[in-house]
Amino acid sequence: MNADLIFDLLKASFGQKKVLQIDLNDQPQSIEITAQENRALFTFLRDDDRLYFDMLSSITGIDNGPEVNTMEVIYNLYSIPFDLHLMVKIKFDRETPLVPTVSDIWKTANWHEREIFDLLGIRFEGHPDLRRILLPSDWEGHPLRKDDILQERYHGIKVDY
Amino acid sequence: MVFNIGPQHPSTHGVLRLEVVTDGEIVKEVIPHIGYLHRCFEKHAESMPFNQTIPYVDRMDYMSAMNSEHAYAMGVERMLGITDQIPKRVEYIRVLVAELNRIASHFVAIGTYGLDIGAFTPFLWLMRDREHILRLLEWTCGARMLYNYIWIGGLYYDLPLQFEERCAEFSAYLKPKLEHLETLLITNKIFIERTAKVGVLPLDLAVNYGVTGPMLRGSGLKYDLRRVDGYSVYPELDFDIPIGTGAMGTVGDCWDRTYVRMQECHESLKIIDQCLTKLTHELKRDKDFNPRALVPKKIRPKAGDYYVRAENPKGELGFFFRTDGRSDIPVRCKARGCSFVNLSVLPEISKGVMISDLIAIVGSLDLVLGEVDR
Repeated sequence: MNADLIFDLLKASFGQKKVLQIDLNDQPQSIEITAQENRALFTFLRDDDRLYFDMLSSITGIDNGPEVNTMEVIYNLYSIPFDLHLMVKIKFDRETPLVPTVSDIWKTANWHEREIFDLLGIRFEGHPDLRRILLPSDWEGHPLRKDDILQERYHGIKVDY
Repeated sequence: MVFNIGPQHPSTHGVLRLEVVTDGEIVKEVIPHIGYLHRCFEKHAESMPFNQTIPYVDRMDYMSAMNSEHAYAMGVERMLGITDQIPKRVEYIRVLVAELNRIASHFVAIGTYGLDIGAFTPFLWLMRDREHILRLLEWTCGARMLYNYIWIGGLYYDLPLQFEERCAEFSAYLKPKLEHLETLLITNKIFIERTAKVGVLPLDLAVNYGVTGPMLRGSGLKYDLRRVDGYSVYPELDFDIPIGTGAMGTVGDCWDRTYVRMQECHESLKIIDQCLTKLTHELKRDKDFNPRALVPKKIRPKAGDYYVRAENPKGELGFFFRTDGRSDIPVRCKARGCSFVNLSVLPEISKGVMISDLIAIVGSLDLVLGEVDR
């Protein structure tokens, strides 16, 4: 089953409004979905007999900068029994960086989402333990945001060298 | 009682802090605190061209820098669409050095694991044998651990003269040593008592947590990206994928994981021997051969998102790239570290164990904190 068929399947199950578009240039090919109420869709991707995306390889957060004013979260899924790859994209407004968590669908998402929250400040609705993971808990700002300004001093130590 | 193991503790294999809640000798909860070694690899990668990122990739998993380089270079080559043009000799040399490095990484994993649970001698033996590998790799590029040897589109240099012969000698030397190791450590009664039926990781939980590499294979799934994806020249090579069978206890316990690593050293030696045969016969050394011939002057992948992955000694190392098609600097480069993901399963499998077993479980994860924190 290739991305085209998965796209049609998802559109048939969840409707045009939820499943937005497909991009065949990406490797693996990607499907963009809406940011709101997509947990049913992810559960479907994991549990459906034809897909069975049991492995969530990675979650990436991207900040497109203040001019474009959007942020993205990208999920890289892999299906071990069927050897399928899929990239799922969610795009949302930069002012309201809030997406539903998938950490109860794939438990590995727990730490990936914490990392994205830490470095990009994207919040995950329903996440059980959304704390900073790589940076110290009293760090200010989210360094992978394009407009992030480093704090000048951290506990009396000069940050920018 | 709440107490801390680490960040400066030899059995945490680096700067990992475990906040442990205990009831007497029983562990109720483990909360890993990471980030002491965070260098923001991703921020660095966003500010420099693709080829200049390779030294940073080395420093992620410093125990197996060659494997990480291989994964990264392969990813960028796939973006540029030059994967098919890479000369066979280059590919075989890459696989050769990567497999040497895989053995070195597994040696550190097994050696320090023995050290954690009280076996001192195997550590010294393995460090002695690992030293041979490090010297071989130093000979190729000048650095012992952080090589910058595999470049995008080629290699830094061809192999030094007589490298193949020395490497074959080493391979012959190592085979009996692995047998010794197996009798001394792996099938040792004390070792089995400490690791069998400890830290059992069931397969469904492992997959749900995204655990990969020897840990997933230890849980009984024949899943190796060298086979599944068949990248580089791995489809041409003959090797087995060892899995955990629960020979000493339960499938997916600490013993299975260590045994899988040990067996993988044998398989890597098999691959090395095949590479050496190829490199001395069909793909012989040629003085006109230039391993840098295909190294691109300007790296301009076309715009898009790419996810590439490869089998590192510790699991699946993935790179996510977003490129804009205009510059040779990625818009976003994310590394999916295998140690990072493998560590996240620790709180789950260490509930209700003894404190001494917790040490055994942490050791069996084979963490490199450089990659956990990136």
